[in-house]
Amino acid sequence: MGRPVAIIGSGQTYHGRRFDVTYPELVKEAVDALFEKTGISPDDIEGVVSGTMPSMMEGVALTHFYFAEVLRSVGKPIMKTETCGSTGISLAFTGYYWVASGMADLVLVVGSEKMNEGDSQATMTTVVEPFYQRYFIAGAPGVFSMQCQEWSTRFGIPEEKVREAATRITIDHHNDAFDNPYAHIKKRLTPEEVNNARIITYPIRLWDVCPNSDGACAMIFASEEMVKKYGLKPAWVKGVGYSGEEYWFGDSEKAIWQCAIDAAKQAYNMAGITNPRKELDVAEVYNPFTYQEMLYYECFGFCDFGEACDLVLKGVFSREGELPCDPSGGTLCTNPIGATGLNRVAEAALQVTGQAGDHQIPGAKLSLAHAMGGVDQYNGVMILGSKK
Amino acid sequence: MKKDFYTVSNVIRLPHKYAAGPTFTRFYNGLEEGKIYGTSCPSCKKTFVPARSFCPGCCANLDEWVEVSQEGEVVSWTYTDREFFGMPGKPPVVLALIRLDGTDCDFLHLIGGIDQDDLEKVKSSIKRGTRVRARWNDEKKGHMLDIKCFEPVS
Ligand SMILES: [Zn+2]
Repeated sequence: MGRPVAIIGSGQTYHGRRFDVTYPELVKEAVDALFEKTGISPDDIEGVVSGTMPSMMEGVALTHFYFAEVLRSVGKPIMKTETCGSTGISLAFTGYYWVASGMADLVLVVGSEKMNEGDSQATMTTVVEPFYQRYFIAGAPGVFSMQCQEWSTRFGIPEEKVREAATRITIDHHNDAFDNPYAHIKKRLTPEEVNNARIITYPIRLWDVCPNSDGACAMIFASEEMVKKYGLKPAWVKGVGYSGEEYWFGDSEKAIWQCAIDAAKQAYNMAGITNPRKELDVAEVYNPFTYQEMLYYECFGFCDFGEACDLVLKGVFSREGELPCDPSGGTLCTNPIGATGLNRVAEAALQVTGQAGDHQIPGAKLSLAHAMGGVDQYNGVMILGSKK
Repeated sequence: MKKDFYTVSNVIRLPHKYAAGPTFTRFYNGLEEGKIYGTSCPSCKKTFVPARSFCPGCCANLDEWVEVSQEGEVVSWTYTDREFFGMPGKPPVVLALIRLDGTDCDFLHLIGGIDQDDLEKVKSSIKRGTRVRARWNDEKKGHMLDIKCFEPVS
């Protein structure tokens, strides 16, 4: 199983249209914040992991080379991890594996994206099967709309109820974002505004979709010895799970979504979790689309299949609810893709170390972080705890 | 409020030519003849369309060819009146995952033959389970878009 590993610090940039800095300068902002916060010297880092979406996003290939200096990686081993939207969680896994294996004691992990510098929808379209499927997806929103329709019709959930629950989710998260200093879109929304917003790809409307964000996130994974040495509050990695499916969209069902179910199961088994809704204190679920967040609640065993809408409307997953989900505002409010999954991990770590500030869930001891990548192809789940 | 800094523009144009190989070539030839071909995996007992050279389940090489039905059921769909990168034709468009009869995966294509200017009309004519049939273009080029769209079977 490997050695115990903890996250002992993270740094995030402010998100938005960051035309005030170059891409390496943006990455530097997150890395510098991390070193300043932890007091750890960059010289003590033994290896660096970096990751982004496909290079077409910003038109610079092999971005870990571009960032070599600001990652403080000169003279050190550097690895790139890239799994589309799940890049961030895969980065965290890479850092975790490196330390758990005993090959390093202190690893820096950095995810970043500058989505506003290119054509993000076109970039994401290049992820899709090129011979037959690329014509028919309408970017990421088209794929996820079809998944949402598959889900709601699979369980016979009335369109109105799905809409009502999605509206509740987006209003809550955009409110939550006010308490997260790093969140991109903060807005007080009304149900009318959400329900009447323009359609992007039916049934998804404007406020059901995440923004294009520029941002970066940096994190340090440490061995038990380093946790003791630096005396920083650790978020221990209790479980990891990662599972993927076939490449072609349409080869496997996406409502009862096996790779999401399996990723969570693996992580729960490792962490010894049997009743996630009861045992977890907070979850940072990857929610680029409102509807998808509900689908994950079901696949992760937070509730039964077909039940998520009802529980959302009862407030089970809101800030004061039984299992608060995405108190940071989540991906729905902030989405610098290559960093997004790592933001989920950073937020989950802040929660179990009591450092989440205004969006702290009181007394949180066990948290879940998650991200998804590809054309509904991969899911990764990480469980963090305040105790080893 | 904020100072505007310089931006530097850059355009990268990279044309590609993808080798289709014998399996996809045969599928494209089928389209030229107005036929949709799939391949079957004898061990997984599944038929895939468009035809695949290897089974997505067990990776066996597939050489059992079947001409599949041009009719099937809508599994899921979406509508948009916005233009997305790489989209064939102008919006509004309806995209759908279609399970062609006798096959074991969903076939991604366009829905047509309905009034697409009004979402409410689209919603009343296309649902999960709606029967649809391929409509072909008169001129066929051995391309996925030789199938113009799938239309509801009346
Ligand atoms: Zn097979």
